[in-house]
Amino acid sequence: MDKITNRLAALALAGAIGLTGVAAPAFAQNEQFIPILSYRTGAYAPNGIPFANGMSDYYRLINNRDGGINGVKIAFEECETGYATDKGVECYERLKAKGPTGAAFFNPLSTGITFALTEKAPIDKIPIITMGYGRSESRNGAVFTWNFPLLGTYWTAANIAMQHIAKEMGGFDKLKGKKIALVFHDSPYGKEPIPMLTEMSKAHGFELVLLPVTHPGVEQKSQWLQIRQQRPDYTLLWGWGVMNSTSVKEAAAVNYPRDKMVGVWWSGAEPDVLPAGDQSTGYKALMLQHGSGKFPVHADITKHALGKDGSQSKPDDIDDVLYNRGMVNAMLGVEAIRTAQKRFGNKPLTGEQIRWGLENLDLSAARIKELGFEGALKPLKISCGDHEGTRSGRVHQWTGKEWKVISDWYEGDDKLLVPMVRDTSAKYAEEKKITARDCSKES
Amino acid sequence: MFYREAGQFKTSYGRDMAVFPIAQDRIAIGLIVAIAFLAVPFMATEYFLSSIMVPTLILALAAIGLNILVGYCGQVSLGSGAFMAIGAYAAYNFAIRVPELPLLVTILLGGVVSAMVGIAFGIPSLRIKGFYLAVATLAAQFFFDWLFLRVGWFTNYTPSGSVNAPQLNVFGWIVNTPTEKYLFVLGVVCVLAVLAKNLVRGHVGRQWMAIRDMDIAAEIIGIRPMYAKLTAFAVSSFFVGVAGSLWAFVHLGSWEPLAFNIDRSFQLLFAVIIGGLGSIAGCFMGAAFMWILPIFLDIALPPLGELVGWKMDKATVSHFGFMIFGALIVFFLIVEPHGLARLWSIMKEKLRLWPFPY
Repeated sequence: MDKITNRLAALALAGAIGLTGVAAPAFAQNEQFIPILSYRTGAYAPNGIPFANGMSDYYRLINNRDGGINGVKIAFEECETGYATDKGVECYERLKAKGPTGAAFFNPLSTGITFALTEKAPIDKIPIITMGYGRSESRNGAVFTWNFPLLGTYWTAANIAMQHIAKEMGGFDKLKGKKIALVFHDSPYGKEPIPMLTEMSKAHGFELVLLPVTHPGVEQKSQWLQIRQQRPDYTLLWGWGVMNSTSVKEAAAVNYPRDKMVGVWWSGAEPDVLPAGDQSTGYKALMLQHGSGKFPVHADITKHALGKDGSQSKPDDIDDVLYNRGMVNAMLGVEAIRTAQKRFGNKPLTGEQIRWGLENLDLSAARIKELGFEGALKPLKISCGDHEGTRSGRVHQWTGKEWKVISDWYEGDDKLLVPMVRDTSAKYAEEKKITARDCSKES
Repeated sequence: MFYREAGQFKTSYGRDMAVFPIAQDRIAIGLIVAIAFLAVPFMATEYFLSSIMVPTLILALAAIGLNILVGYCGQVSLGSGAFMAIGAYAAYNFAIRVPELPLLVTILLGGVVSAMVGIAFGIPSLRIKGFYLAVATLAAQFFFDWLFLRVGWFTNYTPSGSVNAPQLNVFGWIVNTPTEKYLFVLGVVCVLAVLAKNLVRGHVGRQWMAIRDMDIAAEIIGIRPMYAKLTAFAVSSFFVGVAGSLWAFVHLGSWEPLAFNIDRSFQLLFAVIIGGLGSIAGCFMGAAFMWILPIFLDIALPPLGELVGWKMDKATVSHFGFMIFGALIVFFLIVEPHGLARLWSIMKEKLRLWPFPY
């Protein structure tokens, strides 16, 4: 009887949320709330599902193995954005005030949603973590106080991709007169690398061919026809969701060599190559440091998270690229909370306090090993002037069965990156009338 | 019993032609507006204001614009998303290129630019009708999607193609918090809704309706189709454009052309059809239906599922939400093809005969 009353109360509550927005779910006082913006439906679901699984499983692991972060349990909730900006903003508004201290941070997992939340974060004082995506100029923490494009931005990615192409061709001087095509998702996400590529094409004298693909990216015949006509020496792919696998298939259809294609790190996972079958053999993509495969933490995931508390992952999928990336993303957030706890105490923290934790995040090689991420991640240190932390990447290639790492580590070229970040963020600061923080005075 | 007009004598033409000739209606509307302005901001949560009320009000404004064209003038349009985009990008360009302009003027100028483009894209309506016109307006949708994606000038050459709204400064009042945004949007929407209501009651509106009901007959009795159709396009695009600039500046804050794609056009058209063609009040109901119902389903389905012992995951909730929403649209259209506004007026008719309605 009591149960039914509870359920009726829950139902009435849902009605109340819909009608008045008064949400008061029962959160224990000692819980840190972490929202997950995910997409398990729509054209981007093949990539959204493993990422969301990786993230939520890591939070389950922290709760079940360690009893939370220093005793503070993680409460997390997913909200389906469908990769749409307006849905993402609605999810943000719905989840930002949940839990005893509000949302710890947001991982928008969409560059469009990142742009929208960048305007809201300073008002609500909630940090935005955009690991490997988002606004490239937000690396400058002095202007973008609340944005954290950890591990790499698209400008870094474009730079690393060109470094790899130059290496394969035998040096940057060989790029002169060559043709590089960029097949990109026609959205802020796909357009982000263009300034860096334009800059590099001027410096090294190669021709850049821009081929936009409209959302959702299942229609690419004309773009690949152009590639067939122009025969670029290399083709960069900046796609997401079904667009990636479609590109690989279309490349095969026009007989464009797959080993001359280099995808960004969001176009280099299992869902991107498996649908194309054998046609994808030889396709290359950047790695956001980690690749596929298991590292020590997977043993704990299997033991403590799989099949528990509504985990939706299948045991065979937990070594996928995007599952791993979701886990790395969740881990960085958890470590930022841990860093903040050292200063503010082992209790649920506010977004503002966690922002401090993110800005002072310092993961040494020893700490990464301790966390079980050995081999997946290089040491990283965030500071006020550098919200990216590290700019390293590798390239892996699809052998038809698995992703194989084929390159050494590349470092993003700060000689190019620093002035671009400085100029673009200064323009943003001027437009929005933001006074940049003085990083020498931040502690 | 309470809703009866016995004893309310109209002693002048003015009173007979009032927007709300019945005293109870006037009181009810006055109460609703008073609650919206005075009570809601203090009672509602931030989430309710910023994610439910603000978008619903802006969509209602856009629906009013579209309703003028489709419901009052009978010209089907599938390009309302494009006209929202024109309003948004025009206002953005005014804001960054002429920063001295006050925000309100910028937003209205967005509407004016949209109105001018609307006239240009309304010209085909002089020759083509019905479905063919719908296809012609669809061209506007795709053309402007393309224009704002490809031509860098409109986005001030931002590298990613995504632009940010400037600070919202209404004559010194910085609109920042959800409550302030809600009040600002509510104010704009109220003023424009009153304007629209009076336009459709006036001689312009009667011309539109004459064209809608039978264009040849209208022409014979002396209504110029060109003037009537083009004013409808202009006024409609103005409202939609203002709604677009509000959507961009107040609701999103940062946007890309995808925010105004073909889905938005369909969303508005459905809002108008479900709310009721040729009704201003219906626009509010239709917009609320299109915006709030999916969110409500998203929030209410998991507890509903638990009631029968079924723990739904997020993907299932989302799929079921879609299905139920679609089914409800079909249901409402079968039960009342003339929209929610018609249901509402039937209810009022019955209320007048209460307690013995027939």
